[in-house]
Amino acid sequence: MINTHNFTYLGFSIFILLAFTSCKQEKIDFNAQVRPILNKNCISCHGGVKQSGGFGLVFRENALGETANGKIGIFPGSPEKSEMISRVTHKNTEMRMPLERDPLSKEEINILTQWIEQGAEWEEHWAYLEPEKAEIPDLESAWGNGEIDAFVYKQMQAQGLSPNVEADSYDLVRRVYLDLIGLPPTTPQIERFLKDTSEKGYEKLVDSLLASPKYGEHWASMWLDLARYADSKGYEADRGREIWKYRDWVIKALNEDMPFDQFTIEQLAGDLLPNPTKDQIIATAFHRNTLNNGEGGTDNEEYRISAVIDRVNTTWEIWQSTTMSCVQCHSHPYDPIKHEEYYTSFAFFNNTSDWDVPSEHPIYREFDDIDQKELEHVKKWVASVASKEEVNKWERFVHVQEPKIRPEDFDEVSNTVHYNRAGQDYMVISNNAMIKLKNVPLKNVDRIYLNYNQHGKPKGRLVIKADSINGSVIGNLLLNKTQGFNNVPIKINTNSELADLYFVFESQNEDYKCFIDGFLLGEKLPAEDHKYHTEIYNKIDKLLNTRAKYTTPIMVEKSKDFSRVTKVFDRGNWLVPTDTVTTSVPKLLNPNNKQFKNRLDLAEWLVGDNNYLTGRVIANRFWAKLFGKGIVMTSEDFGTLGDKPTHPELLDWLALNFSNEWGWSVKKLLKTIVLSDTYKQSSVISKEAKDKDPYNQWLARSPRVRLSAEQIRDQALVVSGLLSDKMYGPSVMPHQPDGVWTVVYNNDQWITSEGEDAYRRGLYTYLRRSSPYPSFISFDASERETCLSRRINTNTPLQALITLNDPVYFEAAMNLAQQVDIIEGGKKEKVNAAYKKVMGKKISKEKSDILTHLLDDTEAYYSEHKDEAFELIQSDDLELASLTVMVNTMMNMDEFLVKN
Amino acid sequence: MDLYNESQKRKLEFTTRRHFLKQCTTGLGGIALSSLMGPQQLFATNTNPSFDPKNVPHFLPKAKRVIYLHMAGAPSQLELFDYKPELKKLHDLDCPKSLLEGKRFAFIQGTPKMLGPQFDFKQYGQSGTYISDALPHFSQIVDDVAIVKSMHTDEFNHAPAQLLLQTGSARSGRPSMGAWVTYGLGSENENLPGYMVLVSGGKNPSAGKNAWGSGFLPSEYQGVQCRNSGDPILYVSNPNGMSRDIRRKSLKAINDINESQYKEFNDDETLSRIAQYEMAFKMQISVPEVMDVSKEPDYIKDMYGAKHGEASFANNCLLARRLVEQGVRFVQLYHWGWDMHGDSKATSLDQGLKTKSEEVDQPMTALVKDLKQRGLLDDTLIVWGGEFGRTPMRENRGGVVMPYYGRDHHTEAYTIWMAGGGIKGGISYGETDEIGYYGIKDKVHIHDLQATILNQLGINHEKFTYNFQGRDFRLTDVHGRVIKDLIV
Repeated sequence: MINTHNFTYLGFSIFILLAFTSCKQEKIDFNAQVRPILNKNCISCHGGVKQSGGFGLVFRENALGETANGKIGIFPGSPEKSEMISRVTHKNTEMRMPLERDPLSKEEINILTQWIEQGAEWEEHWAYLEPEKAEIPDLESAWGNGEIDAFVYKQMQAQGLSPNVEADSYDLVRRVYLDLIGLPPTTPQIERFLKDTSEKGYEKLVDSLLASPKYGEHWASMWLDLARYADSKGYEADRGREIWKYRDWVIKALNEDMPFDQFTIEQLAGDLLPNPTKDQIIATAFHRNTLNNGEGGTDNEEYRISAVIDRVNTTWEIWQSTTMSCVQCHSHPYDPIKHEEYYTSFAFFNNTSDWDVPSEHPIYREFDDIDQKELEHVKKWVASVASKEEVNKWERFVHVQEPKIRPEDFDEVSNTVHYNRAGQDYMVISNNAMIKLKNVPLKNVDRIYLNYNQHGKPKGRLVIKADSINGSVIGNLLLNKTQGFNNVPIKINTNSELADLYFVFESQNEDYKCFIDGFLLGEKLPAEDHKYHTEIYNKIDKLLNTRAKYTTPIMVEKSKDFSRVTKVFDRGNWLVPTDTVTTSVPKLLNPNNKQFKNRLDLAEWLVGDNNYLTGRVIANRFWAKLFGKGIVMTSEDFGTLGDKPTHPELLDWLALNFSNEWGWSVKKLLKTIVLSDTYKQSSVISKEAKDKDPYNQWLARSPRVRLSAEQIRDQALVVSGLLSDKMYGPSVMPHQPDGVWTVVYNNDQWITSEGEDAYRRGLYTYLRRSSPYPSFISFDASERETCLSRRINTNTPLQALITLNDPVYFEAAMNLAQQVDIIEGGKKEKVNAAYKKVMGKKISKEKSDILTHLLDDTEAYYSEHKDEAFELIQSDDLELASLTVMVNTMMNMDEFLVKN
Repeated sequence: MDLYNESQKRKLEFTTRRHFLKQCTTGLGGIALSSLMGPQQLFATNTNPSFDPKNVPHFLPKAKRVIYLHMAGAPSQLELFDYKPELKKLHDLDCPKSLLEGKRFAFIQGTPKMLGPQFDFKQYGQSGTYISDALPHFSQIVDDVAIVKSMHTDEFNHAPAQLLLQTGSARSGRPSMGAWVTYGLGSENENLPGYMVLVSGGKNPSAGKNAWGSGFLPSEYQGVQCRNSGDPILYVSNPNGMSRDIRRKSLKAINDINESQYKEFNDDETLSRIAQYEMAFKMQISVPEVMDVSKEPDYIKDMYGAKHGEASFANNCLLARRLVEQGVRFVQLYHWGWDMHGDSKATSLDQGLKTKSEEVDQPMTALVKDLKQRGLLDDTLIVWGGEFGRTPMRENRGGVVMPYYGRDHHTEAYTIWMAGGGIKGGISYGETDEIGYYGIKDKVHIHDLQATILNQLGINHEKFTYNFQGRDFRLTDVHGRVIKDLIV
């Protein structure tokens, strides 16, 4: 395209003209050239929220509109009419933009000018564009074995870097063990690998690690950080929460390599799948990891909303790395997402029946053997008279007891008080109380369960009338004293399919009182005439009130007849609801205006074909775990303010393969990465690489990354032979000093686990949010209050004090010392043997000398201070005492705490 | 400071300074605390601006450190500071509907009665400040403190209100004030954590350790809790039978090996590891020393009412002074048990509140006086207060009369006091209406208090941000203004 004013140069030779125009008229790339200038200099004042002078640059229509002083900010085609250009070039520094900062460079101004000249076209931010199948760089290089290496090598070359040599085999095998299963290899494991000199030796090792059950345990930590999994509810009393079945679900799903799309759908909406299995329902505990405020006097609706907000923010962060939380109070300051779009997302999560009560309802109740047998009996009977779907339905009804019609759903009430504070959440019923439910579907209902609790002896009567307060009586119940809340069935006799129901409570006793938590509509059990029909009904009713062995909080959608209405909260304040909205996702990500019904639609869309973000975001998360940082460093933010990918083509290549070719297999993704030469490089840092690339963005070496909190503890237990292989089950309490738990209004105690439970992998350690396991927190583990995309490694003296003095580490040292104590040979041999157990390889002479010298010194000291030696190890064995000190020293070496 | 920057700094140190453990070939047992706590300032920022991404302080600070005395459970302003003779006249009358409509309370239901102040008040000092009889010691120092009577908050439950006060947000997950401050300003003493927490009253505050957590800031900025029994800081002591001498030998071996590792891999972070272990060793010496109040002269202990071995507020106030003396940046005290609802004697205004007041009155007064006599009050900011106030109405939980006099949680108005660190002495700021229900003049929100505290430390609260989940966060969220009238 030739711009008109270039025709003034027609006097020049064609050659010069062409050269000139091709130089000047090259199409400006909005994302590559313009957006960085805007983001760096303009957007903090001229964004989506703050639009100083009436000029905002997030939405194109704002930027092209009239500003506060009546001028046009950006006039496509005419830089001279665009206020933006006149202000960035203004002579008066008080008028010149950016205000009180250095002016834009000439080049930057040129870019903006040309861009406006060319029509000021907007382009979507890179992350929202469809990934393109990039051409694999065809580089004539001896280095690299696949696509990853080709992309990485191309960037390395561009930066004037060259690849590092391959890592020492010992370092590599330790690295790949730590990366794939989270544990270091034992000496025999290393030797087995080194013996296998076949071409596929390394690949075989990788396959075996991916097949190890320890793989799922390791990668679960990353997912549990995102899912903010913990064993307590948070806030004041921070009481325990039984939700470890979800943790176990994650481990199993990872070990089975459940495709990531299914992994997504089951966690977000497993309950909405047709005939969901128990596991699919347990998976939905994912979003029940939100905090629950049981403090006396707290408003349950306030904290229910708080949990829903967290579910919205967490979902968008994990799968889309989009900072939806910004939009809770106002439109997005940097990305084109509008305020009300937060609440269309909110609507997906606003219709589950949980309500911030300490009982955590709805819960999946699992039974002991006796009750489970009863349930099996019921299932068998239903299977004999009806379909599989019917079996699934009744099984769920017994386990979950939902959907419940709760006080919030009551249409009208009289002589009742709704307590809705903390644990006291129910309707208080007095004599002559009435509850009206509107439009109750009764088509297939032959009983209604009343969930109620009556402390006192006086009897009451509940009468259910249809259509009006004076309507026909369709059911009634005598109300007696109960033991806590019970589900009591009321037989219903009616032919109507839809009716307003009036529940009237009466008693001879003026002071009559009971508490009700709601109603369950009982659908008709099939085969009414069957001889066991009544017996089965009785079994079901009994099971509905039986004590559960295990419970797990889960997601249950409210029935469509009693669903919640979602409103936009003015400035994010739930006490100021405004417009009503329905489920949808922001237009930015849904240009075709696809319609969404519920959470299942949302979950399917997240992993659907037209979602370009999920593949990138998730592939980046796994990459980041292996390399210490992502291709997009800000794994939590792929938006305008997030970092740009260092290797965009590689990211797209990984994303496309992950979501298509590899069928969302995480194991295939990881395998491809760890088989690359990029991954296998040495972490020795050359001076040149350090100067040119101090942050190792261009991957001309393997990163040296400190192990995670869990890995540091697990590793100490592995090398000392203490680690238990036991998987799954309730969280455990390894040794922790007295007095760490002193939580108000809660007498829960940290009771040190016995036997092997004291030596389980770190991820099984009980995580109380208000008082997490001290050594994990010091080593930067998450407190699991909110979704955490990246742990930030720090370096503090408190960490050193843990690995030096925490009894867990000291016990590990002593245990290993005992093993080397019995080895034949002198000090040197023992030092060398201990090092081999700890690091898996032969010790260098220098290190061996240092440690042998320490051993000499310590032994000399202890022979003079035998009482101290005894105190240390509770034994007279002086050699063991000094060996323990030596091993304790070894377990604090930098090389032990990082992966090389 | 991120790990990379830290490792760069360690590299500089490594090349310019001899190794700590190498210098000490004869053991460190005899080295006095003073020499360890000399002006090393390794962690203090701004010695080299290139290591400081935050550019704080933004301006010259008036305060170098903060002692925050948080009265967990929320003391009643109406019994201690905010004198309301009119409320006395309304005692036992029904609360007017206008004060109840549209309000949410934690426990009050139906129509409660008004409740007159349960203690008498007198005027003190040149400023003629009214103080309750429950605080006889504090009444002596009114001319040194600023009393803020118009505090208000958004939260009427303890845990969220404490979080709002300490972290700027009522939901868990944000960094606490002390974490923000040490993130910005670092510590003045590398051998002690920059942010230390002391708890008394038998329980942790309702918000738990989140109240001193680092939230999304790196974990090194979390408050380090000093423990009342066992190790003063977790794991600071060597295992039994491992003498300091043995530990030193072991640490020397660790660092020698790490140096050899550094030579091999050339990773500057290994140098950070070396420094980390040196600091750990120094901390092992300095922490027990600073935490040992037994060496304080008797008259000082008497002044605070401190008794050896007790987990008391008095001991913690004395410790707070020792910690700030040694350069700890932010000392956070919690004293639990102020939640006077009137459901038992211990939570009654006449008995329970009296006991609590006695527990804090002398020590907090002594802290102000002691810092003043040491010339430390000028650049040490002290803040005292709860997370919200109490209602002028008597609590009637479940609509029934409580067995004792008590007040419900109240967000609209309550009192705190501040001293030192560039805060005016002898003033009262803000006013409440005649029954102490609403602030009617110069209202101060929690975020305003936070903005003012940061301001005294030389930090502009609007510019002091940290990016997390793709968003810039501040202690004061998007609110807060500095209360200029409180500042000298």
